[in-house]
Amino acid sequence: MKKFLVILILAVLGFHLFAAFSGLGFGVTRFEKGVKDFYLEKTVSELHVANTVTSIVVNFRGFDTLGEVTVLFLAVSAMGGILYKRRHHAGDRSVLFSSSSIVRSGSKLLFPAIILLGVYIFIHGHLSPGGGFQGGAIIATGFLLMLIAYENFSVSHNTLSYIESFAGIFFVVIGLLGFMNGGTFLQNFLPAGILNNLFSGGVIGIIYVMVGFKVAAELTGLIYTILHEKD
Amino acid sequence: MIYLILIFFLLILMLGAAVYAVVQKDLLYAVIATGVISLVLTAIFYMLQAPDVALTEAAIGVALTTIIFLITIRNTKRYEDDYNKKDNLKSPLK
Amino acid sequence: MDDKLFEILEFGVYGASILLILIGLYAVLTKRSLIKIVIGMSIIDGGIHLLLITIGYLKGGTAPIFSPGYEEAAGQMVDPVPQALVLTAIVIGFGVTAVALSLIIRLYRHHHTLEIDEIKRLKW
Repeated sequence: MKKFLVILILAVLGFHLFAAFSGLGFGVTRFEKGVKDFYLEKTVSELHVANTVTSIVVNFRGFDTLGEVTVLFLAVSAMGGILYKRRHHAGDRSVLFSSSSIVRSGSKLLFPAIILLGVYIFIHGHLSPGGGFQGGAIIATGFLLMLIAYENFSVSHNTLSYIESFAGIFFVVIGLLGFMNGGTFLQNFLPAGILNNLFSGGVIGIIYVMVGFKVAAELTGLIYTILHEKD
Repeated sequence: MIYLILIFFLLILMLGAAVYAVVQKDLLYAVIATGVISLVLTAIFYMLQAPDVALTEAAIGVALTTIIFLITIRNTKRYEDDYNKKDNLKSPLK
Repeated sequence: MDDKLFEILEFGVYGASILLILIGLYAVLTKRSLIKIVIGMSIIDGGIHLLLITIGYLKGGTAPIFSPGYEEAAGQMVDPVPQALVLTAIVIGFGVTAVALSLIIRLYRHHHTLEIDEIKRLKW
């Protein structure tokens, strides 16, 4: 009975959603002069950054990114509080995935390559697809592989928290330095450089590297916490 | 042409995986089906010219979300037990 | 021929993302297992991301990344604003999932069940 009611409600909801979105059109230019054109033009003419998504995330909407990184930090702290345990011992896991020697040797071989890929992605965030969030998540994946393959592999929580705090403070300090020339928060104060060079875009590359460190530390800490939860 | 047919195939695969993830009683299979949804979404995002989003979805949706679901299932239990529930409803004491 | 297929594709992509949202909502509303509810929430996440990316798509457009020699190509690029939005939404969605799953582990340690009907005393 309840299921039929739910299906009825969802059918009405789906009909109205579809009616609303089918009128929007797919693959058409909807605005003659929208905010998209402003962003695209400023990105290439003033900031000299190749990837427009990076320039929106870090520069035009950089304050939102600061808030987002804070939300991620709060989520990790909340998890640490919920899954609180007196002491972590290395190898004291709640779940044990027993691994064979092939998995161990293979993950030892793959680990430096995964870390290198993550670092490459967040250093080249303003030139190619990718950036701090993607690179940080890939680095966390590398640590996850090692944590699963080796029972006594452990990461130091102090080191993680230092990396995380310094990256966050650096982000805010660079943002505040934008006030120097009478600009706004996160204003670009370094020379913009040439399009498609590694040192271009001023502060955007530096900030995205900091975001990469912060996200990598947070996600690694999150996985470490949930893997060591035990009564 | 072949591009459009490929998108249709991916959309149908995604919807099938979603229905399977909801219907399946074994939570382990359901979680793997959720990972399949994310994997197909990665390909669709790439085809819709959003490579940044595709990279994020590949790293977070496929790898990290699946593994924390798996750890949770190992910590709790594997089956969604509807069977006991039905027995309780049929008994006259309830 | 291609235009005809493209028109069908418009309904296909919008319809698939809306159906994905509805399937996730169905799981959230009717299922009793807590892990199933979180799976439904992550399916809703995927549907909303696909819907937003689809709104920003431009037919025959390229990814919003400039190359040397093509600095004037801004007119043929897809909308980068929904992409930046979805980029942050995915990361936040992962944080939400992680917190929900840790709450589930805690509830299971205390009540030894995952059924929401059997968890009655909600204080520990």
